Amino acid sequence: MNKLESSLKNMLLSLTLITAFAGALLGGVYALTKDPIADAQQLKQDRAKAEVLSQEGNYTFTTVEGGRNVVVYKAFDESGDLAGYSVQTSDSNAFNGLISLMVGFDTTGVITGYTVLSQSETPGLGANMVDWFKTNKGKQCIVGLNPSEKKFFVSKDGGDVDAITAATITSRAFLRAVKLASDELGAVRLFDELDEVAVQQEADSTFSLSKINITEEQIHKLFEQQ
Amino acid sequence: MNKALNTLTNGIIRENPTFGLVLGMCPTLATTTSAINGMSMGLATLFVLVCSNLVISLLKNLIPDKVRIPAFIVVIATFVTMVQLLMQAYLPDLYETLGLFIPLIVVNCIVLGRAEAFAAKNSVGLSLLDGLGMGIGFTLSLTVLGAVREFLGAGSVFGLTVYPADYAQLIFVLAPGAFICLAFLMAAFNKIKK
Repeated sequence: MNKLESSLKNMLLSLTLITAFAGALLGGVYALTKDPIADAQQLKQDRAKAEVLSQEGNYTFTTVEGGRNVVVYKAFDESGDLAGYSVQTSDSNAFNGLISLMVGFDTTGVITGYTVLSQSETPGLGANMVDWFKTNKGKQCIVGLNPSEKKFFVSKDGGDVDAITAATITSRAFLRAVKLASDELGAVRLFDELDEVAVQQEADSTFSLSKINITEEQIHKLFEQQ
Repeated sequence: MNKALNTLTNGIIRENPTFGLVLGMCPTLATTTSAINGMSMGLATLFVLVCSNLVISLLKNLIPDKVRIPAFIVVIATFVTMVQLLMQAYLPDLYETLGLFIPLIVVNCIVLGRAEAFAAKNSVGLSLLDGLGMGIGFTLSLTVLGAVREFLGAGSVFGLTVYPADYAQLIFVLAPGAFICLAFLMAAFNKIKK
């Protein structure tokens, strides 16, 4: 067969056919891979949710939407008790844009672990955050800290945590994200406590605000955040 | 038979895409931060090269000359998107490290270059072999470059620690190191080839 001539009709026809065929093919592949892609992402998130808690186990999670793109997952163990919280958080001002983390907290707000869900930081520098903040060396480890009780920013800025060597911008973003998670979790826990007190109040009708550990200042801060 | 063998080895040694033709430098420099990343990028490109060479040589008579470039690009982009979707679905961990660079295969000169220079003029069988050879050559050179950079920059090869990372020179994992390693490897390759 000879090569088709470059007439307008031929060009239109061949390009249209090729693109139509390519479109159909891609549609097929997309339909085929849609579910596995969603599954893979879900699996990753589920794994991350359980991984960041202090102990391994079969947890069931309930979801609470926090503000500012933070999602708090409450983890309940097999006997139905609250075992901790997994908080999904992010910061969009890292060295190469968005980083997204899953941070685990115990019931008192102390960090039990974290895992990086997505990042595109520099390999060998910022990308080291995957392990850096859980390596127990100097002041770089954040596991076991309660962000609301510490000066939770890099030591270069006068804080309590050592930044990744030569990746201060990434470290700042990372700590911002963790602090954000901690703040949002604080709000969620506060509301839970308020709920609990409200339930008690109905039961014995001796409600007093002094029963919860909350100062007026915290309440103000809370409503500002929401 | 001899011609077939020649076509296959052509891409691996004589016209090695990276060290011989110096094509496709963008993914070469960007993804070879470790041996495994380089190899994965090479394999993804290999798949696209073989498929696009095959399809383009099949369609070569149906594509009028004046619209051949857009037609080739559509074919290549289709395969790249397929690789991307499949990788995302079945190799999510790998997709995380390479995801950013997969769409760039579309504009990798080596893919379009082979389509234009080889597949559009040769038979289906030879085009297939050419794609395979070029793809293997590209994969090998990316793996070697990745391994060297990982060894010098992170103290490991294929993720296995060779010496403590504290002694490694980080610059080799970063962009300047990519250029330095590439230059030295290219010089060595061309010396040996002669």
